[in-house]
Amino acid sequence: MAGIGGAETTGKKWGWGLLNAVVVVYALVPVLWIVSLSFKSSKTLADGNFIPREWSLENYQNIFSTSEFTRALINSIGIAIIATAIAVVFGTMAAYAIARLDFPGKNLLVGVSLLIAMFPQVSLVSPLFEIERSLGLFDTWPGLILPYITFALPLAIYTLSAFFREIPWELEKAAKMDGATPGQAFRRVIAPLAAPGVFTTAILVFIFCWNDFLFAISLTSTEQSRTVPVALSFFTGSSQFEDPAGSIAAAAVVITIPIILFVLFFQRRIVAGLTSGAVKG
Amino acid sequence: MAEIVLDKVTKRYPDGALAVQEVNLEIADGEFIILVGPSGCGKSTTLNMIAGLEDITDGELRIGGQRVNEKAPKDRDIAMVFQSYALYPHMTVKENMAFPLRLAKVDNATVEKKVKEAAEILDLTQHLDRKPSNLSGGQRQRVAMGRAIVRNPKAFLMDEPLSNLDAKLRVQMRTSVSRLQKQLGTTTVYVTHDQTEAMTLGDRVVVMRGGVVQQIGAPQFLYDQPANLFVAGFIGSPSMNFVPATLENGALRSVIGDVTLTDRVRQLVEAADAPREVIMGIRPEHFEDAALVDAAALSSGGKFTHQVDVLESMGSDKYAYFNLTGEQAASAELQELAKDAGSDDVPGDGIPLVTRLSSASGAVEGASADIWFDADKVQLFDPSNGRNLTYTER
Ligand SMILES: Nc1ncnc2c1ncn2[C@@H]1O[C@H](COP(=O)(O)OP(=O)(O)OP(=O)(O)O)[C@@H](O)[C@H]1O
Ligand SMILES: [Mg+2]
Repeated sequence: MAGIGGAETTGKKWGWGLLNAVVVVYALVPVLWIVSLSFKSSKTLADGNFIPREWSLENYQNIFSTSEFTRALINSIGIAIIATAIAVVFGTMAAYAIARLDFPGKNLLVGVSLLIAMFPQVSLVSPLFEIERSLGLFDTWPGLILPYITFALPLAIYTLSAFFREIPWELEKAAKMDGATPGQAFRRVIAPLAAPGVFTTAILVFIFCWNDFLFAISLTSTEQSRTVPVALSFFTGSSQFEDPAGSIAAAAVVITIPIILFVLFFQRRIVAGLTSGAVKG
Repeated sequence: MAEIVLDKVTKRYPDGALAVQEVNLEIADGEFIILVGPSGCGKSTTLNMIAGLEDITDGELRIGGQRVNEKAPKDRDIAMVFQSYALYPHMTVKENMAFPLRLAKVDNATVEKKVKEAAEILDLTQHLDRKPSNLSGGQRQRVAMGRAIVRNPKAFLMDEPLSNLDAKLRVQMRTSVSRLQKQLGTTTVYVTHDQTEAMTLGDRVVVMRGGVVQQIGAPQFLYDQPANLFVAGFIGSPSMNFVPATLENGALRSVIGDVTLTDRVRQLVEAADAPREVIMGIRPEHFEDAALVDAAALSSGGKFTHQVDVLESMGSDKYAYFNLTGEQAASAELQELAKDAGSDDVPGDGIPLVTRLSSASGAVEGASADIWFDADKVQLFDPSNGRNLTYTER
């Protein structure tokens, strides 16, 4: 029995390994292709070689030579960070209340936030455009931050309330008995335990804001607030006969880097099972 | 350190459930009080009201002479040990124990000193820098105790603190809890399910049933003089035997033999205005192998002969189990006790009887045995309301 079981599990392991490898390759090939494109010179751009025949930094020099891209990068970083911070702070509070308190209209609140998350964003673009123009928010940072928060909040509330529900109630009671005010109990006991959830949520929200194209293209018109995904679409070659693919590839590589950094930075804080040991065992 | 007074304290949950009803309890300074009762009888609710974790619906709670109904837990200066221990998983043992002191803004040197002292008392010194998840169950339990004792609170509240430990560790921790409480002399309210903890730990025991206090008293007193059927059946392990009986002209008739009531019992029964049909309660140790009883006692006590169902020899004594023919004693209290013991669905044909005989007894499993019982130790209960007809305040 044991022998058969062992063979089965090794077989399974190989099976899973293979499947994983396929998925990873499938996901990574386009990324590697973009990286490869970004290092090709304009002459060899369309030669179809996976490994560039001559490596060049030309494309990178190009995108950083004008303010078009750098300005968009600053906009993207600023807008995404501010929107993430606000959404996570409010999401934490709301999720905590939803997980812990029984208040009238709680289910309604959860329902409405779910509704917002499911609402087709396209249908909101023109109304938002009108509203923002009349409020003077059009083509400003807040003009993008606000809709991002609106759509990121339900996401944040959902992920976070799941995390809060995992934290044993008794820890909070214990903190109260130990002399903590509700605020202290939240800050010194609940928040540290919810940290993995907060970071996970922060990553998700950040990626959502960072990748958004729809709002960014509809609610901006100048470099003042245009984010990178939009700026990319406005790239042109130095002459109209030149293919901007190299520059676009380089820019795509550059904007992937913050996401990778963000995930790597926070991943270390996402320690699974942080709450283990709180109760019996 | 202070006394705690519950004055007609009542708890009604928002969903309408009446969990605790008019509990009156005066806990003296330094006293060790045990709350026992079957599951759902309101022990934890009572404890949480004292702690301030649950609002008091009605009545008054005073700690050290001061009304504290409206005070937050942190202003009551009470420490609590939870059944689940509720240790902070992100803090080391040391930080866990220091947490109440840090919140109280005690200076560093004092914190160090107090944590060190507590760790020594609880034998945790070498674990101070470890996280709770790396500790054994017993160690976690001690950390929870440590967190409670570091700040010298007015009182300790403990909600089944040992119920997650295995049997052996439980015995160990039970003695150390007892020793610790004596050493510190802090008022303690302790909730438990466990017979032995209830009998051995406390100065006084409070027996609860369905949110109502049944009896308050020293463990031995509750054992000897239960106020009603419920307390009689709940306190003691193995528990008291109950047999339906008939009172007739100073004699008591039942399937375990007819006896003439002793003068003491007769006076009590008369004063209590007993009905004819009663439930007779008798503890296992008040039985004996008839062959080992002297003639005088033999004639005054009751006697029956029946086949021994099961015989367990404990070395020091023998437990003989019988299954007598007849109807079981029936009452709401007994039903509830059976339910709590989990024996309510065991088909009950006949009257089960547990007797403790001395080791010299020649009783043999499967064979007939002559069993005697002490007529003066009989307790009689009113089947309609469970009242003990032979109860005396002594
Ligand atoms: N939050 C609540 N809302 C409504 N009813 C509750 C709540 N908590 C407890 N109860 C009810 O109050 C009664 C007493 O509960 P409590 O937890 O005090 O029992 P307990 O004696 O501690 O039981 P156990 O030994 O199982 O811990 C129970 O009938 C329970 O169903
Ligand atoms: Mg309980």
